[in-house]
Amino acid sequence: MQFKTASSPHIPQQNNVQGLMFKVLLAMVPGTIAMIVFFGWGVLINIILASVVALSAEALMLWIRKRPIKPYITDGSAILTACLLVLALPQLAPWWLTMIGTLFAIIVAKHLYGGLGFNPFNPAMVGYVVVIISFPKEMTQWVPPLLEGYTHLTFTETLNIIFGGDLPLAYTWDAITMATPLDTVKTQLGLELSINEIENHKEYGGIFGSVGGFGWEWVNGLFLATGCYLAVKGIIDWRIPAGLIAALLVLSNTFALYDYASFAPPTFHLFSGGIMLAAFFIATDPVTAATTTKGRWLYGAGIGVFIFIIRTWGAYPDGIAFAVILMNMAAPLLDYYTMPRAFGHSWTEFPHHHKADDDEQ
Amino acid sequence: MTRSSHQLWRFHGGLKLESNKAISTQSPIVKARLPKRLVIPVQQHIGEAGALLVKKGDKVLKGQVITQSNEYVSAPVHASSSGTVIDIDEYPAPHPSGLNTLCVVIETDGEDKWVELQPTNYVKTKSPAELRQLIRKAGIVGLGGAAFPTAVKVNPGPQAHIETLIINGAECEPYISCDDMLMREYATELISGCGIIQYMVSATHCLIAVEDNKPEAVKAIQTVISEQALHTIEVVSIPTIYPTGGEKQLIKVLTQKEVPSDGFPSDIGLLVQNVGTAVAVHKAVVLGEPLISRIVTVTGEGVKQPQNMEVLIGTSMSELIEQSGGYHDDACKLIMGGPMMGFTLQTDHLPIIKGCNCLLVENKPEETPATMPCIRCGACASVCPAQLLPQQLFWMASSKNFEQVQDYHLFDCIECGCCAQVCPSQIPLVQYYRFAKTEIWSQERDRIKSDHARVRHDFKQARIELEKKERAEKLRKKKELLEKKKIAEAAAKNDTPETEVDPKKVAIEAAMKRVQDKKAAKQTNNTSSDE
Repeated sequence: MQFKTASSPHIPQQNNVQGLMFKVLLAMVPGTIAMIVFFGWGVLINIILASVVALSAEALMLWIRKRPIKPYITDGSAILTACLLVLALPQLAPWWLTMIGTLFAIIVAKHLYGGLGFNPFNPAMVGYVVVIISFPKEMTQWVPPLLEGYTHLTFTETLNIIFGGDLPLAYTWDAITMATPLDTVKTQLGLELSINEIENHKEYGGIFGSVGGFGWEWVNGLFLATGCYLAVKGIIDWRIPAGLIAALLVLSNTFALYDYASFAPPTFHLFSGGIMLAAFFIATDPVTAATTTKGRWLYGAGIGVFIFIIRTWGAYPDGIAFAVILMNMAAPLLDYYTMPRAFGHSWTEFPHHHKADDDEQ
Repeated sequence: MTRSSHQLWRFHGGLKLESNKAISTQSPIVKARLPKRLVIPVQQHIGEAGALLVKKGDKVLKGQVITQSNEYVSAPVHASSSGTVIDIDEYPAPHPSGLNTLCVVIETDGEDKWVELQPTNYVKTKSPAELRQLIRKAGIVGLGGAAFPTAVKVNPGPQAHIETLIINGAECEPYISCDDMLMREYATELISGCGIIQYMVSATHCLIAVEDNKPEAVKAIQTVISEQALHTIEVVSIPTIYPTGGEKQLIKVLTQKEVPSDGFPSDIGLLVQNVGTAVAVHKAVVLGEPLISRIVTVTGEGVKQPQNMEVLIGTSMSELIEQSGGYHDDACKLIMGGPMMGFTLQTDHLPIIKGCNCLLVENKPEETPATMPCIRCGACASVCPAQLLPQQLFWMASSKNFEQVQDYHLFDCIECGCCAQVCPSQIPLVQYYRFAKTEIWSQERDRIKSDHARVRHDFKQARIELEKKERAEKLRKKKELLEKKKIAEAAAKNDTPETEVDPKKVAIEAAMKRVQDKKAAKQTNNTSSDE
């Protein structure tokens, strides 16, 4: 009898990339539904649009690069990129903006660097940076949350705005869009208002909700909850969100204690914008993150620090994408300098120590 | 009672695996039938193979030594039963390479007649060196799978002081249960073997480590220890985490110490021996029996009656399978060793060797999932018991960066397979590490070879130079001789009473002349007239 030969181990493996990606996608569902509820149909329309574009671009690039299409197109990574990008875009972003962002993410940031596993920068964040730098006006088309006193668009109206670019007769852009809480804080602080005055302003104070902005609290809360589930299950590494949140908490708290009138409180920072999405779903992209345990703490913390800096002193209302890309750059370096001590070795005989010795000689 | 008070530590990473041991521990160890033919490879251990002591046609007795080596790191092999040597030739042997190796083929006569054995009744009347010699002669090698000559291992050198002897009964690989059954059924022999090794290396303590999924084994050993009221031997139940049976991992669990990467357990006062080896030591010393059989687990979903068998070395695997009820129809993979570190065999027409602890037959028509690129998730690093960065090693190995891969401690990898097991991209990581190791070894060999060639070349040049010099010297001597003759002739001509002078004087004069000659090389012909 002749038997098959194979390399050990011989126990079937339990994990696969596809499974991981779909678990992450699944965990994004509750937060995404909350976004649709609070911010309208634009979120859903853009997700569908971006997913179709992402899958097409993925298939095209795989075909051009002569890679097997089926295993890669079904790995879920393209849809994940599309969803992460869309959740960061304003709900009324025109179709071409979403498309450009998605195409750039998949074609340039992912495939031109070698496809899944080889991209140094988070594709969704690269896509986001491209559109926010190129089309700042369209990137302000956020809709007000589901609050009394604001205009809410129907599905058809939203569809028309996104694809037609034209407003229904009764509306003006000012009536259907408004700045996000983060943006509002930034602008009004620039006008010498205090945090307290901004949050209690009679015109726009309502959007601040109880901690991080009306609606945003729910979105972030749900992303936090499902993100924790992923971390407990070991699907994402808990150190990255822990580092990110800890850094943001410490910095925002320190500054708010120092001057509570000019710096938003930590609760606002943590529950406003896309922080929990960034912490648990974007920063944890393993391909572009640091890989060592210590490196992941530092990587997460670095993103938290940059988010705070950009939010507080930068030119953009939120700095997640820039913070993530900046730390993507640092990831290889973090890995190198945080290498664990191998079993039976002492701390002093690290490769970089060797290298340093060689240089001296 | 089985819970030991011994403090335990954890090693990094590892996996909790489905043990699947119970399927082969339902019945006691079965003695395999005496086969008609034994194929005994001369090389079954790490180190040098011995030279043959028998030839085709020789009658041999059970336990008769058939190879012998003078090399230090080596082990003899013995005839596993009585019979006739019918062939000595290259035969397929169980080895990952699948290559043939020199084997002695014995046709058994059915009498199973022993050579005269020399038992030792009082172990302590013998010195450790004498006992080592007995172990050496018995051909004992590490039976945990590595097959390193035991006589070498129990001689850590005069500088080393062994504080604790660790007996490895962890048996962490799924499916394998030969050590479990051995501990249950040969606990007395095991304790005796432990005592002998302990005495040999003068270890203060002996710890027998058993994973907590083998309570019967722990109980059996504990009973013997209690009965004999032994105070220096202790059985320790350790958590079941693969690969806790790895030597370095086991040491970490029991002592918190780490064996230095470039060192041996003896450097930190420890010696580790497998339980099967300890029993073999007992047999060799107390009974005088060489290592001619071992316990083999025949198991897996692909075999009808999984069980443990006591098997003569050289018995064909196919006979063991047959005696275990044969294959199920869907059997598709035959593995020697466990599912994590064992290697696949193409055929079962291979002999059982000393290092063969398990035959695992898998039936799962394992659909090989498509390998995806590494997504750097780091799952591999989190389970690596050697605390390496498997994914980094993978990148380097696949880009053939053999220098850097060593900087990242490739050679500390124990190939346990944990990383490959958890890899979501299904990358056969261990295969890459083996590839890199083999490449590095072969480069090293090439380097040594070229160094050797260079040395040889230099030597040849030096020899030519030397020959030239020697030729010149010869020529010079010939000339001298000629000179002497001339001097003698001249002296004869003079015919003075001083003819019969002391030959020393003549020699001195001749020497002086030579000096003068050299000074006036061209006037050599005038020397006689000068006188």
